[in-house]
Amino acid sequence: MFRIAEKKDLAEGLTLMRVEAPNVARRAAAGQFIIFRVDDEGERVPLTIADANREKGLITIIFQQVGASTMKLGALNVGDCIRDFAGPLGRASELDDFKRVCVIGGGCGCAIAYPQAKYLHSRGAEVDIIAGFRTKELVFFEDEMKAVSSNYYLMTDDGSAGEHGLVTNKLTELIESGRQYDAVIAIGPVPMMKFVCLATKPHGIKTIVSLNPIMVDGTGMCGACRVTVGGKTRFACVDGPDFDGHEVDFDELIRRNVIYREEEAAARDHVCNLRKEAEHLG
Amino acid sequence: MANMSLEKVKMREQDPIVRARNFDEVTLGYSAEEAVEEATRCLGCKNSPCVSGCPVGVKIPNFIQKLVSGDFSGAIDTINETNALPAVCGRVCPQESQCESKCVRGIKGEPVAIGRLERFAADWARENRKSAQAVAAKSNGIKVAVVGGGPAGLTCAGDLVSMGYDVTLFEAFHVAGGVLVYGIPEFRLPKAIVRHEIETLERRGMKIVTNFIVGRTMTIDEMFADGFKAVFVGSGAGLPRFMGIPGESLSGVYSANEFLTRINLMGAYRSETDTPLKKVKKVAVVGGGNVAMDAARCALRVGAEKVYIVYRRGMDEMPARVEEIHHAEQEGVEFKLLHNPVEILADERGAVRGAVLAEMELGEPDESGRRSPVDSGRRTEIELDCVIMALGTSPNPLIASTTDSLSTNRRGCLEVDDDLMTSRPGVFAGGDTVTGAATVILAMGAGKRAAEAMDRYIKSL
Ligand SMILES: Cc1cc2nc3c(=O)[nH]c(=O)nc-3n(C[C@H](O)[C@H](O)[C@H](O)COP(=O)(O)OP(=O)(O)OC[C@H]3O[C@@H](n4cnc5c(N)ncnc54)[C@H](O)[C@@H]3O)c2cc1C
Ligand code: SF4
Ligand code: FES
Repeated sequence: MFRIAEKKDLAEGLTLMRVEAPNVARRAAAGQFIIFRVDDEGERVPLTIADANREKGLITIIFQQVGASTMKLGALNVGDCIRDFAGPLGRASELDDFKRVCVIGGGCGCAIAYPQAKYLHSRGAEVDIIAGFRTKELVFFEDEMKAVSSNYYLMTDDGSAGEHGLVTNKLTELIESGRQYDAVIAIGPVPMMKFVCLATKPHGIKTIVSLNPIMVDGTGMCGACRVTVGGKTRFACVDGPDFDGHEVDFDELIRRNVIYREEEAAARDHVCNLRKEAEHLG
Repeated sequence: MANMSLEKVKMREQDPIVRARNFDEVTLGYSAEEAVEEATRCLGCKNSPCVSGCPVGVKIPNFIQKLVSGDFSGAIDTINETNALPAVCGRVCPQESQCESKCVRGIKGEPVAIGRLERFAADWARENRKSAQAVAAKSNGIKVAVVGGGPAGLTCAGDLVSMGYDVTLFEAFHVAGGVLVYGIPEFRLPKAIVRHEIETLERRGMKIVTNFIVGRTMTIDEMFADGFKAVFVGSGAGLPRFMGIPGESLSGVYSANEFLTRINLMGAYRSETDTPLKKVKKVAVVGGGNVAMDAARCALRVGAEKVYIVYRRGMDEMPARVEEIHHAEQEGVEFKLLHNPVEILADERGAVRGAVLAEMELGEPDESGRRSPVDSGRRTEIELDCVIMALGTSPNPLIASTTDSLSTNRRGCLEVDDDLMTSRPGVFAGGDTVTGAATVILAMGAGKRAAEAMDRYIKSL
């Protein structure tokens, strides 16, 4: 059992939890994820590790309450226990070579983009962040993001906060104004990542995406998470979740991510469910 | 005077039509009277050929004689001397190619039903003895680690506990059991039985840490630094193979591991659970092993109207147990032999709508001695909404890739010496991770041998 040490609402439907999981915290690195199961009847759901505190043995997760499992999780309070909490899973992001980076987060994806930006910043890299949200009420981590970046650009689809427009508008503007990047890191709804990759490709800028396909075990034994990268089948849970965005077959991923759309709405949820935003963008 | 009937006492089964729609156990086991009657068919041969066919050397005639005399408790004690999971083995071992294939009674008529008797003794003990005999073994305080809670790891851990070691078993999933809980379905091996066997081991002092992925949560190198004197790796062969044909990533195409895990481990067939499973109507399972049979029979039980086994060779070449094939046929699974999918077809939404099958012919025998299938060039199309790939599995590379100097062979299996020690001193391995996908009893045999070798190794330090 894994005790919840802290709980905070970040935005509408968006929850942060710090969970006592010393085994996970000991080796957790940016880019890795955990799999939780709320109770004995729960499904196995992956969530990216937003932060890890080795000394206190705490793991921070951020999730949107949309499906049965994330709603059940969100219903727990400080002092309650999560049945299962396994990790760290997946490969850690390989960010050490980058000196000038643009980190792009879309919606709940900002929770995953934040530890990457934080890590890069701590290593002395120059970091620009573009954070995109649908609307003002959903914005979170503004101060945290500012603290780990040289420039922070906030974008909303409806213009209710920051600038009006999509993250790709801002990215293209920056590139065309002559901003140089060794790499772009894009994390968010699949269509957003796809369009970021389309925008960087002509400029030959290395683009890393963090994929969130449907998973079951998260250890490489089921193949539910398979994605096509560079024409080859890869398992996101063990070969990823980070991949070279210019090699990913996004259209296939979009189709696979909606496999359970028709199934019981309550049971099909997954990671921070970014679907609503995906539909909006795509 | 022995009972000279040429046939085994029949074991009661659920009716095929009824059972094809439920997850209750298919075979119902012997009553005490039936067990004693079958036991009297054993001749108690002095040279006991049956024992030589058992990978863990269960003293077969001895336990059967105890059943004859009504000493059920003595029977299970005799079995337990060499087999820690008899309720499991009695159900899933391929006795027809092991002990029963050597039985003298099998020369004329059917062999003694050794597997059913083993199951009877184990079930009797579970129902009648409760936890009486599970006393904690005395600990010598020496820490050893076991990686993986399948039959190999459980057996190794159990034996090490009996020898007095302080044993911790690390399991990646949220429960131990390995293939016994995620692969083999409830209707062949009720999960309550596996749970009972594991709880017995825990009461004897084995510690289980679940949600612990060795190689990620902690590496084997770190385990040694943490004070473990030896490590047994029984991580199985869980990595599924795909065919590499067009359409394999469509929605509705599963590995057998995924399909079976959703159903067995996650209980997706029960309405109380959150794990989703797509409604399937027309299913093709590709492959001819036990895994394919289990997937096909599960598909029926979750409501499929039509289930095919698509296998590229003929019935005689099928690697699945005869009993499993027979049960699948009885339940209405249709066998498309000498067929092999070459493409999976998509509907406009990217979901499976069918498959193109190549008709195959049998050519010359290949290295496995089976006649190899050759594409005839002819094609047929079938309508489907689900395709399950049961093409075999190989060991997960995670442990080998995160442990210093652990060598593997061409197929990704860990290499071991005669003592089951890997290239890394103090690290032992056994079960599917060494042999590739094999059987429960071979994994148990390896766990047992490794426990003895680990004991010798630690004493030599
Ligand atoms: C569907 C199916 C049906 C079968 N039917 C039969 C049958 O009827 N009869 C028969 O004899 N055999 C059968 N088999 C084969 C048999 O189940 C296996 O040969 C046997 O379970 C192998 O045992 P094992 O202990 O080596 O591995 P497994 O049972 O695979 O156990 C390995 C365990 O290690 C864990 N693990 C893996 N990696 C790590 C890690 N890095 N850290 C921690 N834990 C880890 C896994 O989660 C798993 O629990 C069947 C197999 C399948 C898939
Ligand atoms: S070979 Fe058959 S008859 Fe002889 S001891 Fe073994 S089980 Fe009994
Ligand atoms: S989630 Fe099962 S293999 Fe990746």
